[in-house]
Amino acid sequence: MKSVLIILLLVCLAALLVAVALDMPPLGEPSTPANASPLTRYVIANAVRDTGSPNRVAAVVADYRAYDTLGETTVLFTAVAAILALERGRKDEKSNG
Amino acid sequence: MDDLVLKVVARVIIPFIQVYGLYVVLHGHLSPGGGFAGGVILAGGFILYALAYGRPALDSLLPDRLAALLESGGVLWYTGLGLVGLLTGSAFLANARAGFPLGVPGRLFSGGIVFLLNLGIGLKVAATISTLFRNLQEEE
Repeated sequence: MKSVLIILLLVCLAALLVAVALDMPPLGEPSTPANASPLTRYVIANAVRDTGSPNRVAAVVADYRAYDTLGETTVLFTAVAAILALERGRKDEKSNG
Repeated sequence: MDDLVLKVVARVIIPFIQVYGLYVVLHGHLSPGGGFAGGVILAGGFILYALAYGRPALDSLLPDRLAALLESGGVLWYTGLGLVGLLTGSAFLANARAGFPLGVPGRLFSGGIVFLLNLGIGLKVAATISTLFRNLQEEE
């Protein structure tokens, strides 16, 4: 009974996702909000002048939104610090016990 | 694990992996890629080395202390470059306004802070992924 309910739920979810995917605009459609926004036009027109970097993605990631990328590197740093803390603790336990 | 085929193949392709990783990091401001992608490719080379030659070989190539130094050094490098902007009187992580030379767009040494940040992120991510592999791999 429970599995039937789960399968039904998953089918509903799949139908929803397919409906959304069918509603998506074609790739590169110029009239979508992301492509038509003045911000996009600004970056495409001025990134080389502002940052000296022809790769617009790098210009956005490491210049216009560099503060965001600092957060990303901090997330990685915190993840490694947490894993090292857990693993070293486990190893110490092993060598003591 | 002591497999001759794996060792020979790894010895042949690891230099290419590392050079390609460095290429992706250094050309982050010119072509698709950048610090995160290139750093993962570099770490892939280290992981293949550890799988083919064993953990002790990787430990002598990239000691724990060096990885930790790159790890925290990457974040400090990033923040330090950001503070240059504050010291020169513009905004945190500012590029040309903080006095970083932009150079000629399209040349390898151009892009000011974009190039420098990608370099730091690349080394940091390479250290991160190899540290994660080293610590999550089961001891034999």
